[in-house]
Amino acid sequence: MLTDEQIILCIAGMATVTYLPRVLPMALLASRPLNPALARWLGFVPASVLAALLAPDLLLRDGALHVAADNLYLLAAVPTLLVMRFTGSSFRTVAAGMATVAAGRLVFGLP
Amino acid sequence: MEDDGRMCDGALPYGERQGASGAKTPGEGVPGDGTAGRSWAGHEGPVRQGSAPLSSAHAGPGRGVSGHGPTGCGGARDVCRGRSGDAPLMQGIGEGVRRAFPIVLGYVPVGFAFGVLALKSGIPAWGALAMSLFVFAGSGQLIAVGLIGGGAPLASVVLTTFVVNLRHLLMSAALAPRLRDWGLLRQALFSAEMTDETFAVHVSTLRGEADDPSRAAVFACNVTAHAAWVGGSALGVFCSTLVADVRPLGLDYALAAMFIALLLPQCRSRAHLFAALVAGACSVGFALSGAGRWNVMLATVCAATLVSLLPVGKTSTTREEMGTPGGEGGAHAD
Repeated sequence: MLTDEQIILCIAGMATVTYLPRVLPMALLASRPLNPALARWLGFVPASVLAALLAPDLLLRDGALHVAADNLYLLAAVPTLLVMRFTGSSFRTVAAGMATVAAGRLVFGLP
Repeated sequence: MEDDGRMCDGALPYGERQGASGAKTPGEGVPGDGTAGRSWAGHEGPVRQGSAPLSSAHAGPGRGVSGHGPTGCGGARDVCRGRSGDAPLMQGIGEGVRRAFPIVLGYVPVGFAFGVLALKSGIPAWGALAMSLFVFAGSGQLIAVGLIGGGAPLASVVLTTFVVNLRHLLMSAALAPRLRDWGLLRQALFSAEMTDETFAVHVSTLRGEADDPSRAAVFACNVTAHAAWVGGSALGVFCSTLVADVRPLGLDYALAAMFIALLLPQCRSRAHLFAALVAGACSVGFALSGAGRWNVMLATVCAATLVSLLPVGKTSTTREEMGTPGGEGGAHAD
């Protein structure tokens, strides 16, 4: 069991190491013009980082590759993508994704 | 408000342009619009044109009607202010809260899960809430709670949090050019609430505007998301004895669905789509080969470096930069 002091110390440490990477590039880069090569590189960061966050969610289960007909997360990505593609609304997209997963479990008994 | 909007639109050429581009809402252009390439170009159109103070193209609900009124008014707010006072500011706040809707949908259930797990691993209720308030990092907090529950030393909890959240370094750098005119204090406040999700919303709505209604929208979005995270954690803390299962409602899919919603508009050229595919494959590959929590960061660096070295997207990037109104050249990251 942790003492109160340990918990406060832990939260303070976590808050510090989380905040520094968020604020330093902003504070250092925003004030000066960017090198065009760096600007081009940074232009690919949003798409890359989002895909890097998403892909393991869809393709991995318990740390192993799981591409099969019972991978509900991967199946649900199809209607979710289509809703985003045709409505352009992220709210409807999230709702459609959750509805598909809920239906897959209730109706088809997928895990 | 209709009349106000129209008056503003007429008063300044800027407002007129907004009105014209707003007339066709982004969503309307997409269905049945031929090839993917063409309709995405149409989809991006209003956003590109709009160095609009409140370009809400991907912001979800209300983007049609409300994307229109506030934009016209915000752009010409000197004219509007005489009649409507703080209305543009309030509209900015409302717009920001609307942008945060999909984030709220994802944060409440995940925050709930965090609250439940935190208490089960021996963290007191005040500690769990303080962590959500001061750290505000979804996956980082969940992993930290797992480590604490497993009796890991505090130094390793902090170090792991650092590694897990280091990816924000890249996001912060990517947004920096768009916040260049904001001043250090606002940048510092903004950074405190920059998560994967708020980053993704801002990267698709923010185009370097530095007027008050746009800033109000950004901060309103961040504060709403933060409140949803702390609120979800509080629910989890207070309901931890009930241990409700969120799976039957599909709530566990909310964040993945939101990443899909946010990723798609980012794939606006072949080069960007290629970067996303490379990053996704690398991320899975690194995760499988035991890179642990470094996979997101390593994959992002690999994909962005590879694609930016390819000659493929170069011409289209140059064209995009030249076509950006306000012509800050390389200042805009994309």
